[in-house]
Amino acid sequence: MKVVGGSSLNRLALFLPLALFAALTIVLLLGLDKDPSELPSALVGEPFPSFSLPALHDADRTLDERDVIGEVVLVNIWATWCFACRIEHAMLNQLAEQGVKVIGLNYKDNREAAIAWLKERGDPYAFSVFDEQGRLGIDLGVYGAPETYLLDATGTIRHRRVGVVDDRVWNNEFRDLYAQLMAVQR
Amino acid sequence: MRLRWSMGLAVALFTSVLFGSENLVEFSDESLRSRYQTLITELRCPKCQNQNLADSNAPISKDLREEIQRMLEQKMSDREIKYHLTSRYSEFILYRPDVNKTTYLLWGSPFAILLMGLLAALRLNRRNKIDVGSLDKAVIDQESRIAELLKSGEDDK
Repeated sequence: MKVVGGSSLNRLALFLPLALFAALTIVLLLGLDKDPSELPSALVGEPFPSFSLPALHDADRTLDERDVIGEVVLVNIWATWCFACRIEHAMLNQLAEQGVKVIGLNYKDNREAAIAWLKERGDPYAFSVFDEQGRLGIDLGVYGAPETYLLDATGTIRHRRVGVVDDRVWNNEFRDLYAQLMAVQR
Repeated sequence: MRLRWSMGLAVALFTSVLFGSENLVEFSDESLRSRYQTLITELRCPKCQNQNLADSNAPISKDLREEIQRMLEQKMSDREIKYHLTSRYSEFILYRPDVNKTTYLLWGSPFAILLMGLLAALRLNRRNKIDVGSLDKAVIDQESRIAELLKSGEDDK
């Protein structure tokens, strides 16, 4: 009778299912840590989109991309209807106090409510763009507030954060890149 | 009972009219409508994980449907519209992604797995054939041996 698994190659082949199973386990384990609601950023490395929209505090003043481009800046998408923006607001106030330039994009909001909101909680923004229809939001690929973009001095988007920026996110994702961009700017 | 049924029917009809009218989309050219329908079923809502733009009632989906309608009216091709949206929302929003270097694994893996399965089936099939063959041979050997023994037994009588 023939001996089973005679050649060493055949014997190795017996371990193939185990190896496949191990590989699949590793891939799935790595996948557990990923946030499925986070979209890959299409705009990192791209220039900030052009726009023409009124200022939040002055409906007659029209802002465009030239008002945003020129120095290292955070662009923060916010709205009064956005609950997480309330949590984030203290952090933005703190960053503005530290000298970080923050520009607001008031996204699909009510003008009076937004102005009152800033009066009540403090205004960390150098200025806020009033995007009532969400048109600039679409050009930025915004799918929920809050979102925060870090722009370099040439107006290129260098980092994007979907969701709240808090101490941990700032330290992990923004601080070093911001310092590096500021050093280049000077 | 009948009254309740007819009331239920009336409510169902009435609400469907209400919801229907909310979603009515006007086109300058009716031929755009079928393209619009195809696009919103093939594009995924960026906010909600597993809904297309047609099924989703998230505000962002409504905005994107309007954006698609606007682009269709501007005589943009389907390709241009998809490019416009993927350059902002990434390929995530395509339910039928293009074949390129980031998606070749996605498109290729079913064929790779099929090939692996075919190879495994072929291998098993061949092995079984050999086994059956040798088994048959063993049976034939035994049968002829039995026949031989029986024959020699008869001769001994």
